[in-house]
Amino acid sequence: MHDKTIAQLSAGLAAGTFSSEELTRALLARIERFDPQLNAFITVTAERALAQARAADARRARGEAGPLTGVPIAHKDIFCTDGVRTSCGSRILDRFIAPYNATVVEKLDAAGAVMLGKTNMDEFAMGSSNETSFYGPVRNPWQLDAVPGGSSGGSAAAVAARLAPGATGTDTGGSIRQPAALCGITGIKPTYGRVSRWGMIAYASSLDQGGPMARSAEDCALLLQAMAGFDPRDSTSVDRPVPDYRAALTQPLAGLKIGLPQEYFGEGLDSAVAAVVEDALTEYRRLGAETVAISLPNSRLAIPAYYVIAPAECSSNLARFDGVRYGHRCENPRDLLDLYTRSRAEGFGAEVQRRILVGTFALSAGYYDAYYLKAQQIRRLISDDFRRAFAEVDVIMGPTSPTVAFKLGEKVNDPITMYLSDIYTIAVNLAGLPGLSLPAGFADGLAVGLQLIGDYFAEERLLNVAHQYQQLTDWHQRAPAAFA
Amino acid sequence: MSLGPAEVAKIAHLARLAIREEDVPAYAHSLSAILDLVEQMKAVETAGVTPMAHPLDMAQRLRADRVSEADQRERFQAIAPRTEAGLYLVPKVIE
Repeated sequence: MHDKTIAQLSAGLAAGTFSSEELTRALLARIERFDPQLNAFITVTAERALAQARAADARRARGEAGPLTGVPIAHKDIFCTDGVRTSCGSRILDRFIAPYNATVVEKLDAAGAVMLGKTNMDEFAMGSSNETSFYGPVRNPWQLDAVPGGSSGGSAAAVAARLAPGATGTDTGGSIRQPAALCGITGIKPTYGRVSRWGMIAYASSLDQGGPMARSAEDCALLLQAMAGFDPRDSTSVDRPVPDYRAALTQPLAGLKIGLPQEYFGEGLDSAVAAVVEDALTEYRRLGAETVAISLPNSRLAIPAYYVIAPAECSSNLARFDGVRYGHRCENPRDLLDLYTRSRAEGFGAEVQRRILVGTFALSAGYYDAYYLKAQQIRRLISDDFRRAFAEVDVIMGPTSPTVAFKLGEKVNDPITMYLSDIYTIAVNLAGLPGLSLPAGFADGLAVGLQLIGDYFAEERLLNVAHQYQQLTDWHQRAPAAFA
Repeated sequence: MSLGPAEVAKIAHLARLAIREEDVPAYAHSLSAILDLVEQMKAVETAGVTPMAHPLDMAQRLRADRVSEADQRERFQAIAPRTEAGLYLVPKVIE
């Protein structure tokens, strides 16, 4: 059962081939057997999962099942789950039992999905390798000495290793797409505002967006259908109808105009990755699409602007962790200042502290205009680049990441090199556009992702374009040998 | 832009982070490297460009000013480091 996609599991449950309880037990057994090698889960919620599975089976018996009823999934440990530890990969929340559910969790619960557990992640979603987690790094199922990418590395590894058919993730600068690429799965970051951020622990609020990670575009469509929609509790949620994502998958691609930004194929792109991407583009031409060269001239400024905006927002968002109402508190504080400063220094890891410091600096008196305001102006230029491009093309394609998965420990002591692994994904968050990564092949035995970028609220189109490719290729069906 | 140990200590104070003395040079080094990366922005003329604070040009939605949450003080305080009689305890603030 573990090798089936969500669409296949949904059909199997509907046909009565297996029950949700049987399926859930099988996956929990796989997690118990394989996760010690991967460290993809921070918390496994076996009892809760079995109770949800039995409830899903009962719901099906009453004739009230939907497509996700009884389908087991995992949640990134950034989403608050009522009564279950929600750590965000941080020591500061190690003992935090969330007192409510995130909207995304509530919606997937309501659809009847079964939560297997909470997946590992870079601390507060700050990282591109999953190595900043307080709970230790996650390993890449394709090569255990390689990183799975980050920050949603636990979700990506769990899906790739067939421990869960789908999982939630969040993406602030590439945190769904980059690990999806490095683990050989499909993941979509929706348009900013499409999926509610309520109960999703904030990193950089104007960039954060939740989305699904699964093996195929069809599975992502099924998950996104349940996750998307207006939420009055998120003040930036967009009140706009959710289209039928699955129905749109079958649209033919003849006449599709694909833009290839020259800036995404230049210096810094690994040649083996480039070759895989070229092959994928050839497949798209075969499907009737036309490719045209475009330019996104301000692309190189995305990382500099991001490393002002995201830290600035994080320094403000993480100010709430003060050791008073919840979270880690230091022993024997001398006074209130000592309580704040030691609780925070003990609770946050080095990368989180680095970003808080950068953000505090950028927002401090005398530097605000030169850094924060300047970065916001650059953000406008980057967004305008995309607006101009989408006047001419339907989708933009390129590599998701400049390299395949790197080795554990290789970049962890060099923040700048680590930051560059998000060079093709960050601009999408700055503009607020939807982006998708799909498996397009392998280089040196490691997965390569193709990135699709769409215009605002074009999730339907991105999933369709990805699905059509997946009808012609089987990269998304490949399983790492040790976890097949 | 290069940050020295004194500047790092000042920023750490503003950020309410008790950074150990021996870690200050490493932070000074990595923060300076990040600021050098960020300086690339200076190469671009942005006079007259409207800053973009948010990806969607939308107005802040407001809700009606009425009670929408039930009282859950006991639940919320169950996860607090220290409470007493329904209050959160912190070290004495006023002598």
